Amino acid sequence: MIDVFEFEFMRNALLAGLLVSVICGIIGTLVVVNRLVFLSGGIAHAAFGGIGLSFLLGLPVMAVTLCFSFVVALILAGVTLKAKHRSDTIVGVLWAVGMALGVIFLDLTPGYNVDLMSYLFGSILMVTHFDLLVMVVVAILVFLITGCYYQDFLAMSYDEEFARLRNVPVKPLYFLLVCMIALSVVVIIRVVGLILIIALLTIPPYIAEKYATSLRTMMVFSALLSCLFTSSGLLLSYFLNVTSGAAIIMVAAVGFFISLLLDRLFTRRASMISVSMDN
Amino acid sequence: MGPPVINVRKLWFSFDGQPVLKDVTFEVNEGEFLALIGPNGGGKTTLLKLLLGLLTADRGYIRVFGQSPRKVAYRIGYVPQDIHINQNFPISVMDVVLMGRLISSRARRRHSKDDKLSAEKAMGELGVWEHRDRQIGDLSGGERQRVFIARALVTDPEMLMLDEPTASVDTKGQGEIFEHLKQVNEKVTVVLVSHDLMMISSYIKSVACVNQFVHYHPEAEITAEMVEMCHCNVDLIAHGLPHRVLRKH
Repeated sequence: MIDVFEFEFMRNALLAGLLVSVICGIIGTLVVVNRLVFLSGGIAHAAFGGIGLSFLLGLPVMAVTLCFSFVVALILAGVTLKAKHRSDTIVGVLWAVGMALGVIFLDLTPGYNVDLMSYLFGSILMVTHFDLLVMVVVAILVFLITGCYYQDFLAMSYDEEFARLRNVPVKPLYFLLVCMIALSVVVIIRVVGLILIIALLTIPPYIAEKYATSLRTMMVFSALLSCLFTSSGLLLSYFLNVTSGAAIIMVAAVGFFISLLLDRLFTRRASMISVSMDN
Repeated sequence: MGPPVINVRKLWFSFDGQPVLKDVTFEVNEGEFLALIGPNGGGKTTLLKLLLGLLTADRGYIRVFGQSPRKVAYRIGYVPQDIHINQNFPISVMDVVLMGRLISSRARRRHSKDDKLSAEKAMGELGVWEHRDRQIGDLSGGERQRVFIARALVTDPEMLMLDEPTASVDTKGQGEIFEHLKQVNEKVTVVLVSHDLMMISSYIKSVACVNQFVHYHPEAEITAEMVEMCHCNVDLIAHGLPHRVLRKH
């Protein structure tokens, strides 16, 4: 099995997986505790419009998609703040419109058709040194920003009202978070693809939340779980010859169900013990 | 009693087109222990949030410490109702209380030793120091409410605003908390929302009945007018024993 790592593309893929795990661990945690999963899905799928646009304009994909996603993210952040009761709908609209725009832009692009699949399902095996560099920069950025504003993010996530009273700049922080989500999403699309982004952002934090005692430990634990899922998913996809992005998500799903099962087993044991103690 | 710390004039607030508070006018002086009573849905929590600057009035004038609420909210210790906060959130009791030490200047990134000592003192006074390392979601409702009170106290406030702070606490616990609030009241103005008059009547100094309108009475007494206006829980009040709340009639 060790000879698998003789291939440079496998080493790069593994590294990409690890970097994405760090990003997902941090951002995914904030997404899950702030209940921004649907919003993140909206940003991710709308990003597809940016991908299409970049091909139409013949400009670098990452750059154009980032700009496009930032605009979408800022619109969504504004809407969810001002018109909370309509935010669900607007997220849904931008989700669909973004994707549709992406498809139409690609249709209008002259020349050969770009492989949509690589963006829908990820192309971790084709990750380049440049991609890795970008991921390292994003990971460091996310780590530094979250570290710098940790107490504020914690306050906002746990009790937003109280945070406002303590003069925590909740609105700017929220916009910052949404922008970080956009940034992370664009980078992650490379690895697991658009369709599966939500799973990687939500499954590890969901499992971690049960066992974490602080937001910090939840982020660390999510990142570690993510690493486990991406690495094993990658190896599995190599040996079983299946799409890597999907394999990673399936491993994550198995992890999810195991965690649910353990939870149920332990609560049942605990209640059985307490029942027998009462008798 | 000192000078007025809260000044409300002709305040109107509606939510989704429905009026919640109408033409509210009253003043609260420094050092008061004011109880906001009234039926559920009458606007008590809304009034509190307006005073904290968490909501903005449609019409009217609110001044707290002589300024607009949002500017001075950090000088108030707020104890919210227990219901709205996520109980699965991974956070220890200590970290919840330490949140009260987040100050306006964002200069510091970590909590100092002073912060931790202040938290220890407040938690000790409320009897929750032993729970400091436990997850907030593992505590009982009453223990959690004490933690929120401790959190409000570490902000070193000039005024305390509590929204049903003893809803999940047993009678003995309630008495302990109110004794503590009475002590705190020696230096700090207290505004407390409660739907239970029985317990608070021996501690409060003034009452306001909130039911879309606000009827304020600067004594710890419920007048017949108030009772009529807000359908307050009259059954719980008895003459003279152990507290006299109704004026003799």
